[in-house]
This record gives sequence, structure tokens and C-alpha cells, in this order.
Amino acid sequence: MSAVSHIPHETREVHVKEQIVIKHKGKELTFNLIDTPGIATKIDYEDFMKYKLSKKRSKQRAKEATKGVVEAIQWLDDMDVVIVVLDSTENPYSQVNITIIGNLVARKIPLLIAANKIDLRHAKIKKIESAFPQYDVVGISALKGANMEEFYESLFRIVR
Amino acid sequence: MALTLQFVPYDDIESLDTNSRIEKLLTIVKNKSVVLMEGRLKPEEETKLIKKTMQEITRTFKGIELCTIFPEEKNLDLFKKLKKNFASMILGDREGITIIGPASVVKEIRRDPNKIQLFTFDIKK
Repeated sequence: MSAVSHIPHETREVHVKEQIVIKHKGKELTFNLIDTPGIATKIDYEDFMKYKLSKKRSKQRAKEATKGVVEAIQWLDDMDVVIVVLDSTENPYSQVNITIIGNLVARKIPLLIAANKIDLRHAKIKKIESAFPQYDVVGISALKGANMEEFYESLFRIVR
Repeated sequence: MALTLQFVPYDDIESLDTNSRIEKLLTIVKNKSVVLMEGRLKPEEETKLIKKTMQEITRTFKGIELCTIFPEEKNLDLFKKLKKNFASMILGDREGITIIGPASVVKEIRRDPNKIQLFTFDIKK
């Protein structure tokens, strides 16, 4: 739903798509999809300048990014199911992951962990599975559309 | 210049409501000290801490690095699990340690199940 960029915080506002229908093996699921910005604990405009953005644009991006994180957190109150997308090439033991997943569990909101970027050679799904052994983890590549069958299977399982 | 670690005993925040807890911790971090807190915040309080941090970001305050160490339950036999559950009932959120550092001082807190590494920037006066 959102654009992809090598500059962090490309998604800085919540995107809503209503009435999405997934049909899979004779089953049908209709839902509204809320694509939120990634949640962060720090945002420094100077980091954006490393990607050759001007100071003015970097400051604007930082301002929008902080607002986006606040908005994403507020949306957590209204979710029926959350798909937490983690980068399978990164260390999963980040506190943001642990905090957000802990928060969803405390609110009894079902969650599915999508380990993205499995097409990359240094992807480590096993590390994500061992970091969060009590949850469903499904490896996908959003870029290549890989393993979507298993992803839908898991999605249908948790919304049951 | 030295890196300052400020210990916050759980007793200091126990009687405070969520907003006052967050305010207290953020005040220490904004003074460029690293909070070493006994125990942990509730998951919803941690989320509120992140939200409040984002709302307070300025040119000089760039956010926080946060890490909680909590006793692992893996590989415990039944007796040890029961003992641990009993201890958790008594200690509540007092178990574990929370580290919160200013992002301008703490570059990264790297956490693996059994160790924590704190990477800092060069601290300027």
C-alpha cells in the first residue's frame, strides 16, 4: 500500500484500505487493512541528511515521522488482528518489537509475525522464531511475493 | 566526559501513576543520563513512553534507546517454574531491569537473550 524507499520512515502516515477480500482454499476473509508507519523510539533529522535530503526536507520528514509513530500507536487500540512485519535480516531482539508484541498480548489482540525479506541470503527466520516462540512466524518476501500461500494459511488460522 | 547511569529503585515509581512514571523517567533521560531502573514498566506503559517520547522530540532531544532484561522462563523444570511463578506473584513488575538512554548519547542497545551491549556516541560537553 505504501511506497518503498531506501530512506527510513518512507511511510509516515496511516493508510486505510477498506473491504479487502482474500479467497483461499474455499474460504473468504473480508477486512479493512490499516497500514501504519513503523514504530521507532528515536528520530533524528540528521540521519535523513545522510541520504542527501536537504536540511529543510530532513526536518520536515522527521516531524512527519514522529507524528506517524504517534498515530500508529493510537491505532493499536482499534485493531482486531495485527500482522507484525519484521525484517528477517535484522536482529529481532529489539525492544520496540518486544514492547509492541507485549502490548498486543496484554490486550489479547491476535498477532501474526511476518518475517519479511526471506529472498535475501542473510535472512534468518530461525532467529525470529526463537525470539518469539509462542507466536506464528511466517517467512515472506513482499518484494517477490514469496510464500504467500503459507501467509494466507496462517492469517486464516489466527482470525478463525 | 563520563556516562552517567542513574539508578531508579522500583519503590520510587511504585506509587506513581503511568503519566508520572513516564515523566520521571523522561526527565532523567533528557538530562543526558541513562536510567537503570529496577523492574519494568507494564507493556502499555512502555508503549505510552514511546508515544510521549515521539511527542517531545526536538532539535536537541532525539528520542530514547530502551531495553528490558527479564528473567527467561526457557529450560526450567516444573519445580523451578512453580518457584518462579510464585516469586513473580510476590515481586510483580519489580522483576528484571529496564535501561533507558537518550538517543543522543546511546547509539544502540544490542540485546541477545543472554547479554546486553550498550554502544555510545562520543559524549560532548
